[in-house]
Amino acid sequence: MNRKKSSWLVTSLLILGSLLILFPLYLTITIAFKTPPEMAGNLLALPKSWSFDNFAQAIEMTNFFNAFKNSAFVTIFVVIFTVLSNSLVSYAIARNLHKKFYKFLYFYFLSAMFIPFPIIMLPLVKQTSAWGMDNLVGLIILYIVFNLSFNVFIYIGYIRAIPVELEEAAIMDGATTWGVFWKVIFPLLAPMNATVAIITSLGAWNDFMLPLVLLSDREMATLPLVQYIFQGQFSTDYNLAFASYLMALAPMIIVYIFAQKWIISGVMKGSIK
Amino acid sequence: MKKKNSVFLIITIPAFLLFFIFHSFPALQGIFYSFTDWKGYGDWNFVGLKNYLNVFKDERAGDAYLFTFKFAIVATILVNIISLLVAIGLNSKIKFHKTLRAIYFLPYILSILIVGFIFNFIFAHFLPQIGDAFGWEFLTRNILGNPDLAWIGIVIVAVWQAVSFNTILYLAGLVTISEDLYEAASIDGAGVWTKFWKITFPLIAPFFTINMVLSLKNFLMVFDQIVALTGGGPGKSTESISLLIYRGGFEGGEFAYQSANAVIYFIVIIVFSVIQLKFLNKREVEN
Repeated sequence: MNRKKSSWLVTSLLILGSLLILFPLYLTITIAFKTPPEMAGNLLALPKSWSFDNFAQAIEMTNFFNAFKNSAFVTIFVVIFTVLSNSLVSYAIARNLHKKFYKFLYFYFLSAMFIPFPIIMLPLVKQTSAWGMDNLVGLIILYIVFNLSFNVFIYIGYIRAIPVELEEAAIMDGATTWGVFWKVIFPLLAPMNATVAIITSLGAWNDFMLPLVLLSDREMATLPLVQYIFQGQFSTDYNLAFASYLMALAPMIIVYIFAQKWIISGVMKGSIK
Repeated sequence: MKKKNSVFLIITIPAFLLFFIFHSFPALQGIFYSFTDWKGYGDWNFVGLKNYLNVFKDERAGDAYLFTFKFAIVATILVNIISLLVAIGLNSKIKFHKTLRAIYFLPYILSILIVGFIFNFIFAHFLPQIGDAFGWEFLTRNILGNPDLAWIGIVIVAVWQAVSFNTILYLAGLVTISEDLYEAASIDGAGVWTKFWKITFPLIAPFFTINMVLSLKNFLMVFDQIVALTGGGPGKSTESISLLIYRGGFEGGEFAYQSANAVIYFIVIIVFSVIQLKFLNKREVEN
């Protein structure tokens, strides 16, 4: 009885709280559609006419489609190669944890999670630019390698719960280690692969610091980096800036609206491992 | 069997090498350069511990450490209190359960930099407008322009963003607690407060530990929020350690000096994480 009565109170409190989350987004959307003169009035008001002029201008100014293409290129390749390579490495380590070398590797990758990026940042940037890796391909390689730390941790927890007998049966049927992984283990890892794909894509899409220090060519700028580069030019025109922010945020929000169930459970699974 | 071994080595050795080349080697290089006077270009000499001693004497570095700790501790406490409350709310019998959960998790998927730019506008224009309209003196000026208050603005944005992830973690812990425990406690006459301290909190203690450690570690590395909100200003009042290393190292020709700073920063983060883990784990056992 008691619990049922309290449910509306808790619901209203949560709705009130959720307004704090939705409000900045409401502001972003409305300002993106307003004209500079409208900004002088009530900031909360809806725009008088929903015009797309700000978006057209912002697209031109930030070369939006180029930045979108760069972000999409990086994210797609990082996700594909991270899932394929990190799961394979984790499998090799998980099935050999009783051996010294693999045990060392496991703790080696794991311990790197505690190294703050600024420690490696300065020498890394020198090194990558000397090797001609200060571009999108270099960025992709670094993400895939750095992701190992966390992914080894969550994959291995999952792989160790898969009975070895399954693999032994496949080997009896003549499968190689390689075949066993791709035909037996990899499909069984599907839920973990989804989790890793979600966390990896969020990380690669939204990251600002690594593109900032690594990329020297403006043509290669990713979406967050473009917002930063053009900040100076935006300062006089908020409508333009907000149209640009909205376009940068929209792809993720649209994906989230359709896939939030999987995204939330994916992140949850990854974080409680 | 032999063949199987070699396959595993073919898989792991390249991964090991790549990780070493792009992660450990730069870290070792950073430690190496911290003992030199390298500017990032040209010649260099060994200078021993000089850089380290200078970091300790450096007022700018000292201020950056103070600001970063003040920010990280306040943000960690606030994030954990708020996300625990939200998680308990979302876990109770409520309406619109799925929609509310989706909204509270939304900030996690957004770019921190862009969120920072949006809040920058809110602090600079929206809140002062509200302040003017209602005659609230304290809101009429942009807090980001005030050296004493700017850090609060950064805390607000950081908390706004981080609550989403911590809520999810707490929620993951809460759903594992059986409803029977609460019913039994109700029969024994336990109130809401007693139930929280005797059942909920002890059972989610491991989630509390991990949330506290992760939040503090992440907040100690604060960067994007500051770039978007204050750029370290006004003056140097909101310059975090990461920002100082980035600026001094890339723009200020202090490659070696900031490498020493980075090593100190690393040690500080490790020490804090270990102390926190020890302290919180001990509490868990006692509970």
